[in-house]
Amino acid sequence: MSSNETAPTNYLNADYGVRSWLFTVDHKRIAILYLIAVTFFFALGGLMAVLIRLELATPAGDLVQADVYNRLFTMHGVLMIFFFLIPAIPGVLGNFLIPIMIGAKDMAFPKVNLASWYVYMAGGLFAAWSMLHGGVDTGWTFYTPFSTAFSNTYVISTAIGGFLAGFSSILTGLNFIVTVHRMRAPGLTWFRLPLFVWSLYATAIVQILATPVLAITLVLLIAERAFRIGIFDPALGGDPVLFQHLFWFYSHPAVYIMILPAFGVISELVSAFARKRIFGYRVVAAASVSIAVLGFLVWGHHMFVSSQSPYAGVIFSLLSMLVAVPSAVKVFNWTATLYEGSVSWETPMLYALGFIGLFTIGGLTGVMLATMGIDIHVHDTYFVVAHFHYVMVGAVLMAYLGGLHFWWPKITGRMYPIFWSKISALLVFVGFNLTFFPQFLLGYLGMPRRYHAYPDEFQVLNVLSSAGATVLGVGYLIPLVYFFWSMRYGKRAGDNPWDAFGLEWETTSPPPTFNFPATPKVTLEAYDYTGRAEARLARTQPVRSSP
Amino acid sequence: MSTAEPDARTQPVASKLRPWGLAHHFESLSQQQDASYFGMWIFLVQEIMFFGGLFTAYIVYRTANPTAFALGSDSLDLTLGAVNTAVLIGSSLTMALAVWAAQTGRRRTIVVFIILTILLGGVFLGIKTVEYGHKWHEHHVPGPSFHWDGPEARGVQMFFNLYFAMTGLHALHMVVGMAILAAVAVWAWRGAFTPGNHNLVEGLGLYWHFVDIVWIFLFPLLYLLGRHAG
Repeated sequence: MSSNETAPTNYLNADYGVRSWLFTVDHKRIAILYLIAVTFFFALGGLMAVLIRLELATPAGDLVQADVYNRLFTMHGVLMIFFFLIPAIPGVLGNFLIPIMIGAKDMAFPKVNLASWYVYMAGGLFAAWSMLHGGVDTGWTFYTPFSTAFSNTYVISTAIGGFLAGFSSILTGLNFIVTVHRMRAPGLTWFRLPLFVWSLYATAIVQILATPVLAITLVLLIAERAFRIGIFDPALGGDPVLFQHLFWFYSHPAVYIMILPAFGVISELVSAFARKRIFGYRVVAAASVSIAVLGFLVWGHHMFVSSQSPYAGVIFSLLSMLVAVPSAVKVFNWTATLYEGSVSWETPMLYALGFIGLFTIGGLTGVMLATMGIDIHVHDTYFVVAHFHYVMVGAVLMAYLGGLHFWWPKITGRMYPIFWSKISALLVFVGFNLTFFPQFLLGYLGMPRRYHAYPDEFQVLNVLSSAGATVLGVGYLIPLVYFFWSMRYGKRAGDNPWDAFGLEWETTSPPPTFNFPATPKVTLEAYDYTGRAEARLARTQPVRSSP
Repeated sequence: MSTAEPDARTQPVASKLRPWGLAHHFESLSQQQDASYFGMWIFLVQEIMFFGGLFTAYIVYRTANPTAFALGSDSLDLTLGAVNTAVLIGSSLTMALAVWAAQTGRRRTIVVFIILTILLGGVFLGIKTVEYGHKWHEHHVPGPSFHWDGPEARGVQMFFNLYFAMTGLHALHMVVGMAILAAVAVWAWRGAFTPGNHNLVEGLGLYWHFVDIVWIFLFPLLYLLGRHAG
């Protein structure tokens, strides 16, 4: 089919011009705005990673000086966490899919939804401004008193950027909670919701309850740095450990703001490409909520060596290990869903299977780090770096890419080249492991994180890691090219290219502005592939079946 | 005919009968109202956590410096603080009456009570400014010019850090609330609210009561701390 064929009116061609995008209240267009923004910040953060890996290819500090290196890893962390990982899946896939999955016309608060994007972009401007003026060197954790009394870099503007990104995240979460509660189509009971909706609901709880604490902590940090109002600086009578408590009270749950939406994506993918109802639907849904709750009780495992009482450490250690239970429930249930399923090896499924493997490694090393004895040994080493990259990149980014490949035909109405997408999924998996597995070994051997130079004996593993990063980078670039290409030249995808189950596949690709011609009525359980087949049969053969 | 407006195509009668003020994406006014109130409650939960960080800092430092916090508390003006508490509770009453007026469709009464609420909020902020002025002259504002004659100067300074952070954040919430109240008064005057559709007044009422309740916690924590001792 030629690309000039006229498409029916949908959210993309309903209106034209920059104004129609910048002032849109359509959740699908806002999702596209987020997609453009998070891709930009991902590229920027990725550029920092490239420079970090280049510097670490040789033991000597030859490419950049120590202070530049400090800024590189700080800005890499700030951009990737606050401006990519936290908004990526909720902002892009969540915004696009949640109203469609629950059969609504839009989010409960469409203007708030648009406002959240603008607040996020304002935060991004502050972060970008700080970068252009020389960046920040405190690490993304902004530990006091270094950040308030000693650092000579742009702490305040970066903290304002983080504060604004946080409020954007709060507004998104608020919108999701109200939307899921109040906007569901008739017949769509809580236990008929797709698991993606469940996991974003759990995410929203964390966004609402944890993010404000980061916000007030950053306000106090700014007040201390700008006006010498001492809350955390010991020289002013404050307690820096209080900063760590408040910071991690948000920043540990923030890990679940990143990983829970990824769980939701994987549940959708595994079910769709095993052609089976997810194994233990209710348990998987409950696991999301229980991870959200447990996530609030484990922040102290970031502070085992911070003068926190050892008794508190023991409690935090045990509670942290408890998180492994619902996480393992999910991994086992995904695996059990594959059993006797009709598994196909489409590109999104490759990402999903990669996710399950990498998340298992990331999760198990998390249990190791929750053990105080091991944590004290590998604290602040590359072991920790490798662990959280397995969870944040190996899991979250794989899920985000898998989800993007799964719903791309729905978002744009076009299919990307299958061959290249499979190649890039493979490159990402291989490149990722080559980059980060050596870092487990480096950390265990004692290489500390956040240094631009290292002893010669660590070079072989570091070169392997840098080589892996190159493969990984190519794996990310290929989709960037073919996604752009497919928007114009890709084959038309049809309404349900995967023959998957879910309300989003019942509307056209791309969907019309209000998602459905009329509000749908839901009669089937989630992922009820058998029920759907029977309903189709009943629709197509009613006359012949009666004698 | 455009698929961008499916309602117009599939339910032409229903779309013509859509009640005034019902946004495009809701099915009914009651769904819109539910969503609106629920959204405000969630926002207030977020606000509790936002103030919660400060209250945590207060608990930590008060436990570490009990005497200094009592001394700092004694230096505050109890009379002004008590008057302000009464003023703020009064503003909650006028706010509640504005909501009642909106529920019963009394257009002018809404405007009168909202203006009264703004005025009482202004009185509160005025008194607060006077108190801040006193502290400025006594060099009790934290920073390089902070000065404390008695013992435990560092602990007292921490008390004032928290005093200014907490009351300042509370005052900021009042300023924002008053600005929105002013806009709502104008809309109310133009007849934007009906008994069936006044979500903005009701939601703003919830917000105003929340700001009031924060003060109900701040007043004893900051002003009444050392009084029981003597």
